[in-house]
Amino acid sequence: MNFPWLTTLMVVPLVGSIVVALLPKGRDLLAKQVALVVSLATLVITVLMATQFQGDSAEPFQFVESHPWIPAFGISYSVGVDGIALVLVALAATLVPVVVLAGWHDVDESSRGSVKGYFALILVLETLMIGVFSALDVFLFYVFFEVMLIPVYFMIGRFGGIQRSYAAVKFLLYSLVGGLFMLASLIGLYVVSAQMTGTGTFDFVSLAGLDIDPDVQKLLFLGFFFAFAVKAPLWPFHTWLPDAAAESKPGTSVLLIGVLDKVGTFGMIRYCLPIFPAASDFYAPVVIGMALVGIFYGAFVALSQNDMKRLFAYSSMSHFGFITLGIFVFTSQGQTGSVVYMVAHGLSTAALFLTAGFLMDRYRGSSLISDYEGVNKAAPVLAGFFLVAALSSLALPGLVSFVGEFLVLLGSFERYVWVGALATVGIVITAAYVLRLYQRSMTGPLKPELEGMGDLRGREVTALVPIALLTIVLGVFPAPLLNVINPAVDRVMTSVGATDPAPTVQSAGLSTEGADQ
Amino acid sequence: MSPLLASVGAETETAFTMPSINYYAIAPILILFGAAVVSVLVEAFVPQRGRRPVQLVIVVGSIVAALAVTIDLRGTRLVTGEGAIAVDGPTLLMWGALLVIGLLGALLMAERSIDPLGDAFAPRASALPGSEDEQEFTRRGFLQTEVWPFLLFALTGMLVFVASNDLLVMFVALEVMSLPLYLLAGMARRRRLLSQEAALKYFLLGAFSSAFFLYGAAMLYGFSGSVSLVAISDTLSAKTGEGSLVAIGIALLMVGLLFKVAAVPFHQWTPDVYQGAPTPVTGFMAATVKIAAFGALLRVLYVSLGGLRWDWEPMLWIIAALTMLVGSVVAITQTDIKRMLAYSSIAQAGFILVGVVAASPQGLASALFYLVAYAFTTIGTFAVITMVRDASGEATHLSKWAGLGKKSPVVAAVFSLFMLSLAGIPLTSGFVGKFGVFAAAIDSGNTWLVIVGVVASVIAAFFYVRVIVLMYFSDPTPDTASVVIPSAFTTIALTASAVMTIALGVFPQWLLDIITQAGVFIR
Repeated sequence: MNFPWLTTLMVVPLVGSIVVALLPKGRDLLAKQVALVVSLATLVITVLMATQFQGDSAEPFQFVESHPWIPAFGISYSVGVDGIALVLVALAATLVPVVVLAGWHDVDESSRGSVKGYFALILVLETLMIGVFSALDVFLFYVFFEVMLIPVYFMIGRFGGIQRSYAAVKFLLYSLVGGLFMLASLIGLYVVSAQMTGTGTFDFVSLAGLDIDPDVQKLLFLGFFFAFAVKAPLWPFHTWLPDAAAESKPGTSVLLIGVLDKVGTFGMIRYCLPIFPAASDFYAPVVIGMALVGIFYGAFVALSQNDMKRLFAYSSMSHFGFITLGIFVFTSQGQTGSVVYMVAHGLSTAALFLTAGFLMDRYRGSSLISDYEGVNKAAPVLAGFFLVAALSSLALPGLVSFVGEFLVLLGSFERYVWVGALATVGIVITAAYVLRLYQRSMTGPLKPELEGMGDLRGREVTALVPIALLTIVLGVFPAPLLNVINPAVDRVMTSVGATDPAPTVQSAGLSTEGADQ
Repeated sequence: MSPLLASVGAETETAFTMPSINYYAIAPILILFGAAVVSVLVEAFVPQRGRRPVQLVIVVGSIVAALAVTIDLRGTRLVTGEGAIAVDGPTLLMWGALLVIGLLGALLMAERSIDPLGDAFAPRASALPGSEDEQEFTRRGFLQTEVWPFLLFALTGMLVFVASNDLLVMFVALEVMSLPLYLLAGMARRRRLLSQEAALKYFLLGAFSSAFFLYGAAMLYGFSGSVSLVAISDTLSAKTGEGSLVAIGIALLMVGLLFKVAAVPFHQWTPDVYQGAPTPVTGFMAATVKIAAFGALLRVLYVSLGGLRWDWEPMLWIIAALTMLVGSVVAITQTDIKRMLAYSSIAQAGFILVGVVAASPQGLASALFYLVAYAFTTIGTFAVITMVRDASGEATHLSKWAGLGKKSPVVAAVFSLFMLSLAGIPLTSGFVGKFGVFAAAIDSGNTWLVIVGVVASVIAAFFYVRVIVLMYFSDPTPDTASVVIPSAFTTIALTASAVMTIALGVFPQWLLDIITQAGVFIR
């Protein structure tokens, strides 16, 4: 247990990125190979670490390391993971090699930035993603949260599409605004902790143990929540997401929407709820309202999109509504469902963006749905993966996203029947736009322009197979995921002081179906 | 120096007695002052060709010597010169910062391989711009060496300014530090009319503000019968209820000091002077004057006027908020990088003021940290600007920076680092600085000021980031400037400031420790 797992996990990609960046010009293939090897090594270490994780441990956090960093401000370098953080770290570590492999030819000599630059940025981002999920010091979390913007900013701005500069700046400014309000709250939290205990601290466990005055909580909560709502993004702070998604390389979108945006929802469940329980309770109706609006708004706008990437972005926004809803209904099923949904959404987003990217590579890089028709005639394997990804996005039973969505809905019904009922309607719209997308682009007679379009090649299949497998395996057998997440969610529930509503006549039937309580 | 100090101490004595002066404690001042005098003599007696090396040895040697003494003085806490000079923790800290920054500024001024015509200064400041004389001087490769005594005098003035414990010494120091700067601002080799205009504006407005300071000092003298900061403070607590004279005095004094820190509404000189002055001078001045002026402001407020904090705090709240907002908003509209940085420096002054109005030991410590962090970043920023040039000299128009990241990735990366630090992104020194002042402000109950500060930071982030966007995301145009490879002088200054920007961002604890040990002002 004394092995510094998490630090190792952060150092390996960082070193890899420096190595990649220092490679001489013209050794692009080597840069890609190094990036792939490093990201695979990180994945192996993550898996090794996960096998050491004890789901039933009495300690809230495992693999904890703590060293003083800026003692004058009570700041320390402390990292550790609970079940929630562990699955998200694993998600990040899984998606990075996939993205590296899938993006093998995304950047070439003709593009604006250098090839090694792109892969070095991906590896830096991996370090920061692992850091942000495993930080146990709120300040350290904030640092990762903010610094993460810089590689993403360059990944969009240097390697993106025509409107890349606009999208990159919009992304950065939205995130900075959110981050700075979080900073104000963070400083406020520090001062409050100094006034309550005599010495200011940023240690998460100590802060969660403070009993902060509810009125102060309500103010501080807003700063944190605003940053997370922009990051996630929740309606109405979402407008940066479609632009960023549409202008990015598919790999960038996968990491941005699949992993980075989870920092927002992760932040809500990790920081907002335990540190500001009274405020979370106070604001829950508003947040649930925002989540519901997001579910419908995202789904309706997705329904009208003719651009695949934008469609995925709006659909993600709708899914983030579900995730947030699950967190703020304060039931253990809802929250467990949210965390499962975060993982599921990461996987399905990756599958969607990457297959769409492969499709676009085959027809002038167009992301317009109307440019494609009957693709399953010319490229059946591609169409097959596209179908799996699409079904995963609409949460077909048997796939992991179903587990998440179902638990979220179950948790919502338990607390507020009408909220659960409304959210369920959202699923129908999701089914509508996802199936319509598949129907329009993949079925029907093959468009003449698409004649001779090749099917997926070995590299592309290799990138997609692990995601598809995980989606199906975890959908059929989610127990490993749930066993890790449940204890962590129980702790969050305890710290908020929430208990699951006692089963009533209406919900009794439903809650017996939730096998994993 | 000593007769001046004596006059203050001796005013109540009938018979003249020698003032007691701890010469070692003020040795850094004396070393620089002596070096400045010698430097003037060198101008008179050493032949033209030999002046530059001799001056460089004097400048670098004296600053290093003064720095060594300052370090040796650490832990000193005394008042000397019959109460006129206070050598305490904050003084020594600011001395150290001023000397290090002064050294970096001197290195920038010494650079002469960037401009094909020579260094950054006019060969003869007295020659009419564009005249045949000037062309002749340029052709013969004359170098201006009078900048070196000016630099030393300005630094001497700054050291006295932050250490002065009475208003009269403070005023004299203000003038000693300002007059050389007015002249230095007017000595640019290129765009001389702009430079001379800047110098004249700076001089007129500066003289005006000095007059305000003097009036304020006179009012406070009228109230308390003394110019000593401690005596004024004692009188304030003894005689309550005689408000108007004190209020006017404080207001006038503040005008003088806030002018120097470039706080709104006393900031109008800043963009013109920053733009017109030779860039190495701008960098030197932007960094050191900020330290010196804030040092004096802090000492006056904390030592002398601490009892009246309920009177001056509301005024400074408003000024701090205005300074942050106006500086940030106006900076967005700028198209010249030096003017943009001028407004940025105004906004930064606002952030430091947030720490100042906290009126607590944390507030003092956070303002000191911010000043040091800001000074290093600023001098580095201007060092980069000296290197980005086209045929007509420095390319300060923002459009000429488009695509610089492609042409010179390293320089663009360093400049981006400075921009991120000024914007307050974590892991840079600017972030730790902002964190400190905001924490101190919330702790003393000024939460709303922090919220204004956060809003201003967001606005400011926009224009800092815009420069990065321009450098990296735009394609180079035919107009894009190129980066000239400098000699060791600029390289050292640039490297030092970049290293400090990162070091203070990632491992700030050592400086925080030093500041904590420095403690508060002696009374």
